[in-house]
Amino acid sequence: MNRDICTATALELGRRIRTGELTSVETTRAFLDRIEAVEPAVHAFLSVDGERALAQAAAIDALVAAGDPLPSPLAGVPVAVKDLLCYEGLPTTAASRMLEGWVPPYNSTVVQRLLDAGLVILGKTNLDEFATGSSTESSAFGPTHNPWDLDRVPGGSGGGSAAALAAFETPLAIGTDTGGSIRQPASMTGTVGVKPTYGAVSRFGIIAMASSLDQAGPCARTVADAAALHAVIAGHDPADSTSLDEPVPDVVAAADSADVAGMRIGVVAQLGGEGYAAGVEQRFGESVELLRAAGAEIVEVSCPHFTQALATYYLIMPSELSSNLARYDAMRYGLRVGDDGTNSAEAVMRLSRGAGFGAELKRRIILGTYALSAGYYDAYYGSAQKMRTLIARDFAAAFEQVDVLVSPVAPTTAFKLGERVGDPLAMYAGDLCTLPANLAGVAAGSFPAGLAPEDGLPVGFQVMAPVLGDDRVYRVGAALEGLAGTADLCGQVPDLPVEGSGEAAK
Amino acid sequence: MALTPQDVSRLAELARIELTPAELAEIAPQLDVILEAVASVGQVADQDIPPSSHAVPLTNVMRDDERRDSWPAEAMLRGAPAQGQQRFRVPRIIDDSDAG
Repeated sequence: MNRDICTATALELGRRIRTGELTSVETTRAFLDRIEAVEPAVHAFLSVDGERALAQAAAIDALVAAGDPLPSPLAGVPVAVKDLLCYEGLPTTAASRMLEGWVPPYNSTVVQRLLDAGLVILGKTNLDEFATGSSTESSAFGPTHNPWDLDRVPGGSGGGSAAALAAFETPLAIGTDTGGSIRQPASMTGTVGVKPTYGAVSRFGIIAMASSLDQAGPCARTVADAAALHAVIAGHDPADSTSLDEPVPDVVAAADSADVAGMRIGVVAQLGGEGYAAGVEQRFGESVELLRAAGAEIVEVSCPHFTQALATYYLIMPSELSSNLARYDAMRYGLRVGDDGTNSAEAVMRLSRGAGFGAELKRRIILGTYALSAGYYDAYYGSAQKMRTLIARDFAAAFEQVDVLVSPVAPTTAFKLGERVGDPLAMYAGDLCTLPANLAGVAAGSFPAGLAPEDGLPVGFQVMAPVLGDDRVYRVGAALEGLAGTADLCGQVPDLPVEGSGEAAK
Repeated sequence: MALTPQDVSRLAELARIELTPAELAEIAPQLDVILEAVASVGQVADQDIPPSSHAVPLTNVMRDDERRDSWPAEAMLRGAPAQGQQRFRVPRIIDDSDAG
């Protein structure tokens, strides 16, 4: 590994490219080499787009050479994109056989903004099929392995983006978060992941899972890098009717300030205690004490309906999912099975969806179909929507007392591959801390709090802030990063087995 | 309330998903466990609480009714499983059982 490049922060790389100390082509090549070397062990990527990435890098280098201004502080810096976002010319699969080989004819707004800001897109990262999972094991193309321990999951659904960061395969990545898919993988890989306020980042061109919950956001190894990426992708987009037409909070300044003196920080009473691993509880408690020592006022806050977030989410999400995934009907794009001249269109739809969707997706689509069906609607979907209101009211009441809420990100550190595959409920239960923020649309982030003493695996610290209070998330996250000394936590990732000619073993 | 394999089979039909007997046998008990775990939301079924369909209050967004170029047909057809005469080719849409 070219340590000088691969372990540098994104902002540092951007600065060195801007000043001519380093070229974007050299930088991009270093990450492409690293990808080639460690991918056999990690499998964070579903596709790598080396040639186009090097051409994008060369274009930035040409601007520098000509003395022209660069479009952003991250110009020339590589980024990896979750394979749920459309990027023209590169397959976008959602990690499903249903879309295997499908190449989108246009760019998602997020991808377009990355390109406009001069970032270099390395490729597309692995995820649970259609982002439905918490471990990246439901990817039709095989799981991603956690760089901290290759026998463990990197979390999910955005395990590819998080693992790529922890393995130094990229300095930045894009994720999407419907119930924790940016934050939980960040927690399990010792990286930073932020789910912006719902509507802060355009969903245009992102394959929909549960439309009222889905939100794309930045993934990075440091808080300042995440904030810089947030600033690039956020902002109103007329192509997404749920996009907020409001100014983007100054997340970069908030990450710079890292000042929590006088801030009121609420510890959510319902998120912790029984069922939480000792190391998770310990690092969470220590983090709270660090923030207190830095001048924050810590209060315990009760959000009684958060205990219903799991039940609420696992009704609303499958309902919206079953509706959104109805579009995969084998007619205009995607997999088509059984078109033999005798089968009707409807039979072809059934056969194609039976063959193209994996087990977890089928479970959720059928669950959603049931929850929305006549006779059960009021008991399930209708009630879940009412509970969602109560959860949002809990947030509103809490944010009258405090500036941010904090909690663990997940009850445990990264679990073993295969451990929860046959037990969907155990898998879902790991999401309980991250779900309330999606249901209420508030901003939330996961920040490294250190390693759990019992297993040496990373633990994340969650910060939640009101709608459009994204800057507060970064302010607290940056403070914790400085106080806990976790900015280079991934430096402790064990050496990975390397292959390929691109790089010699460390 | 237990979901039988017959119930799941019917739901799969509504969702247009072909399930193998093995999948049916696996999914039915899993869905039961999940439904039991989520049934607690029913405690508010009779309460007068406004439902939230969305996280952030939104009003309908309108745009100006301006003429814009559409995507080129070739680009849209590129991902088609089957095509002909600049159209998507689909299997017959009338089922045998629908024929008089």
